[in-house]
Amino acid sequence: MTGSIIVVASFLYLAFLFAVAYVGDKRADAGRSLIANPTIYALSLAVYCTTWTYYGSVGRAASSGLGFVPIFLGPTLVVALWWFVMLKMVRIGKTHRITSIADFIASRYGKSQLLGGLVTVIAVLGVIPYIALQLKAVSTSFSILTHYPAIVMPAKSETVPWLADTTLYIALMMAAFTILFGTRHLDATERHEGMVAAVAFESLVKLVIFLVVGLFVTFSLFDGPEDIFSRVAEDPALRHLTGMEAGGNSFGNWFALTLLSMLAVMFLPRQFQVAVVENVNENHLRRAIWLFPLYLLLINIFVLPIALGGLIHFAGQGVDADTFVLTLPMASGHGWLALLVFIGGLSAATGMIIVETIALSTMVCNDLVMPLLLRYRWLALQGREDLSGLLLGIRRFAIVLILLLGYLYFRLAGEAHALVSIGLISFAAVAQFAPAMIGGMYWRGATRPGALAGLSGGFAVWLYTLLLPSFAKSGWLPIEFLQVGIPGTEWLRPQELFGLKGLDPIAHSLFWSLLVNIGAYICVSLIRRPNAREAGQATLFVDVFKQSRPAGDAFWRGSARIGDLLPLIGRFIGPERARGAFADYARSRGVAGVDALPADAGLVHFAETTLAGAIGSASARVMVASVVQEEPLGLDEVMNILDEASQVRAYSKRLELKSRELETATSELRSANERLKELDRLKDDFMSSVTHELRTPLTSIRAFSEMLLDDPRIDLTERKRFLGIIVSETERLTRLVNQVLDMAKIESGHADWHNGEVSLIEVVEQAVASTSQLFKDKEVALTMDLPESVPILLADRDRLVQVVLNLLSNAVKFVARGEGRVAIHLCDTGEGLRVDVADNGPGLTEQEQIVVFEKFRQGGNTMTDKPQGTGLGLPISRQIVEHYGGRLWVESVAGAGACFSFLLPCGKSTEGSEEAG
Amino acid sequence: MIKATLTGQRLVAVFLLGCVLVNYPVLSVFDPAGTWGGIPVLYLYVFGVWAAVIALMAWIIEC
Amino acid sequence: MTKKILIADDEQNIVISLEFLMKREGFSVCVANDGQEALDKARSEQPDLVLLDVMMPRKNGYEVCQEIRADAALQGMRILMLTAKGRETEVTKGIAMGADAYMTKPFSTKELVAKVKALLDAAA
Repeated sequence: MTGSIIVVASFLYLAFLFAVAYVGDKRADAGRSLIANPTIYALSLAVYCTTWTYYGSVGRAASSGLGFVPIFLGPTLVVALWWFVMLKMVRIGKTHRITSIADFIASRYGKSQLLGGLVTVIAVLGVIPYIALQLKAVSTSFSILTHYPAIVMPAKSETVPWLADTTLYIALMMAAFTILFGTRHLDATERHEGMVAAVAFESLVKLVIFLVVGLFVTFSLFDGPEDIFSRVAEDPALRHLTGMEAGGNSFGNWFALTLLSMLAVMFLPRQFQVAVVENVNENHLRRAIWLFPLYLLLINIFVLPIALGGLIHFAGQGVDADTFVLTLPMASGHGWLALLVFIGGLSAATGMIIVETIALSTMVCNDLVMPLLLRYRWLALQGREDLSGLLLGIRRFAIVLILLLGYLYFRLAGEAHALVSIGLISFAAVAQFAPAMIGGMYWRGATRPGALAGLSGGFAVWLYTLLLPSFAKSGWLPIEFLQVGIPGTEWLRPQELFGLKGLDPIAHSLFWSLLVNIGAYICVSLIRRPNAREAGQATLFVDVFKQSRPAGDAFWRGSARIGDLLPLIGRFIGPERARGAFADYARSRGVAGVDALPADAGLVHFAETTLAGAIGSASARVMVASVVQEEPLGLDEVMNILDEASQVRAYSKRLELKSRELETATSELRSANERLKELDRLKDDFMSSVTHELRTPLTSIRAFSEMLLDDPRIDLTERKRFLGIIVSETERLTRLVNQVLDMAKIESGHADWHNGEVSLIEVVEQAVASTSQLFKDKEVALTMDLPESVPILLADRDRLVQVVLNLLSNAVKFVARGEGRVAIHLCDTGEGLRVDVADNGPGLTEQEQIVVFEKFRQGGNTMTDKPQGTGLGLPISRQIVEHYGGRLWVESVAGAGACFSFLLPCGKSTEGSEEAG
Repeated sequence: MIKATLTGQRLVAVFLLGCVLVNYPVLSVFDPAGTWGGIPVLYLYVFGVWAAVIALMAWIIEC
Repeated sequence: MTKKILIADDEQNIVISLEFLMKREGFSVCVANDGQEALDKARSEQPDLVLLDVMMPRKNGYEVCQEIRADAALQGMRILMLTAKGRETEVTKGIAMGADAYMTKPFSTKELVAKVKALLDAAA
């Protein structure tokens, strides 16, 4: 197979990958995120599986049987704890706009630039071998594939001149590709949706291809797994691979590797990047907890069949086991399958390199270069308006540099190791972050010096026991270094520190480095109490889920001007984006605009968090501090804030009680409010009705007046009739106004009650006399039934007459002309004096019996006699009767007349009048 | 919230169970190289526990 | 041809004034005293324009308006709503129900006549 076919296929694949990323970015810009999905999230976590898994697991299995398993078993087990631990990391990351693992640690220990820088150095030095490993895998698989159909193991790269080395070009191409993915926009925020989409896609590709190869080897090259294993059982050279002790395995190493991979899957910069920084939604974590291990299981299920199959197939041919995945299809003449395998490996390598270098370049930029620039070139930076370009430039430069360093490591040391050993060196390096990270999330007492001591101690041990020996094995350091360490100190042999033997180099290094790391971290932290800044950050991190924790702005006091903050942020993330972010913040605070924002601690905190998304928390703090006047809080004050917070928790029970009381009060208030609203609505209805009742007569009056005015030729009878209508409508208006005022007075309690001794007999007689003309006009018969004497009431005579008058005129209004009968009856019941006015009119339905007592609601069809009624008579009457402690009601059957009655208590009338007095 | 912490606790239990099952000494019980259905028992056991842990986590989270 | 106008109002005095006014302008007039009657008369008399009060017994003006608009046989009938409730929401509701114009009581007779004529001219 010619190199050009492979190169073309690779570029086609990468172009497709780029298209996926492009679509992902576009969708993210349009607000329809492609990656807002737990499955995509789990697939992006599978960036854990690099070429190391893809090629290297088979290599390790070929030498040590199950020896590759702990590297995947560790993550499978530890994800069960993510429900608590990773959720907390993600929440902290989101709350504080954490951009990288260096940023996380720096921010936790008081936004320390020194700590951020140290973590960055460890991460870069630790991960460079790992990047070298990817380069090595791609270049090896490339050179093997070019010799197809022959199987030729690649020559040592030292024999190739630098400029003729394909690996260099692979590294440069990867750098270009990473720059395209990660730093394409002038957008220096922390998230890269397109990259995540591409990585998830790559995870799918490498899994599918690996499964295809596995099926091919197991079922096409051999007759299923039983066939392979039975041949292994027959072969004495291979039989030991089915046991635990294969290839120097031991239970101790097994445990160490499991632990190491547990830590690596959380603290590798690229894992932190996809799991925490790129997380779209905390809920995605739930499904990822089982989907991600499922992925690990699937991609490893054929590792043993391929490894053992390769060993059987290539017995004695000197084929490197790391290449079995590629060479098995080649050896059986399946060139296209081999090309596919190469693409899968490329996929695994690019995925890892892109995410890892983006994560590392962010760290280098935010936690190494920016702090230095801020310290030494502050004046020069001051002159530049927009710094987002500078940020991107630094990151791009860092990407190229990291890949070139990876290449350099590959040239110098790569040849000495199998893939898995290189990867484990990196794992051991990032494991050094574990104490500071986990302690930082759960232990308030940890301090910055503690974290510094732990990290640098652990890192130094790692350097001495793992990295330097790897150089020695490659001949870059004298090999005696391995045997004696520093001359004269045999007890300090790098891989047998203090004479500790029996562990493999990785387990040995892990034990000593973590021992030193954790020991220093705890002991140094315990030397002194956390200072104000550390205590503040500790609370924000440890109590990130607690509601009563103080907010980020609680630990800040000082003054700031929006006019300083906005341009500052704008210089780093671009003026438009900054303005947009501030406008969103203003909206969330309920403020009219950016300029109306109060320049308080909340604003400063917001500005700092926004800036942290671009340049990391430590640098952001320095930058923001340069434009605001900060009054440092003393430890006592921070402790007060913290005390307040803990007191809140301590008294939470009392608070709960209070809040229950408040709830009751609130519901009472709410129902009172409902009543008020109802009253308000009634008032509105009343006003609307009054308006209606006023406008109706006004309409007639105006219409007739205008007609009379316009047309002098109207004849006299018409003229008289019109004027008559005007007069009667005016009377109606007057009546209405009087009654409305009357009603209002009675309702508000301001009515005048002229109380005197009143006999209801006289009242009825007077009312009957007043209405007799009405009855006569309509030819309605009125019968009266009065007792001889009744107890005297103390009441307002005119008001009572008004009530009886109203009932009588209502009755006469509704009965039929000529046939109508109305009877009025007065008697002394035990309860008091009762007056009934019965008629034989149309009666009232049950609904109407209620409605008639409402204002402006009249029963039946009153059209014929409308001007007589205002719709206020009955409501006013009821008010009067009720004022004297009595009641007014109606009994009626529709179609069979109605009887309106009221009852006035004898004794109580006086009391009522006194109240009103 | 109560349900969420219960799920979390169950997952911690799965973690502990898994750690015990795939480490010394339980693992050593399966070490003598025998086969079951043509496949070495140790392989079957390790991959079986691996799959079971995943199934258990899926069950705890999704049900 | 004289245009026919249906006056629908439950206030006798307003009916009298509107009847006089419309007759003086040379229209032929018919009268309805409630909503149902207005709907019946609209169907039987086929007036060119309805002066429609909102607050009427049996059926209110909005319902009448809606039913006229829903009746295919009554297309082209103009509706001028009159009401004593002059709030903005009521005007909007009237227009939404399909009224061509809306006047609040008390109205100027000149304006009413002008509006009636404008509506009838637009229809022609």
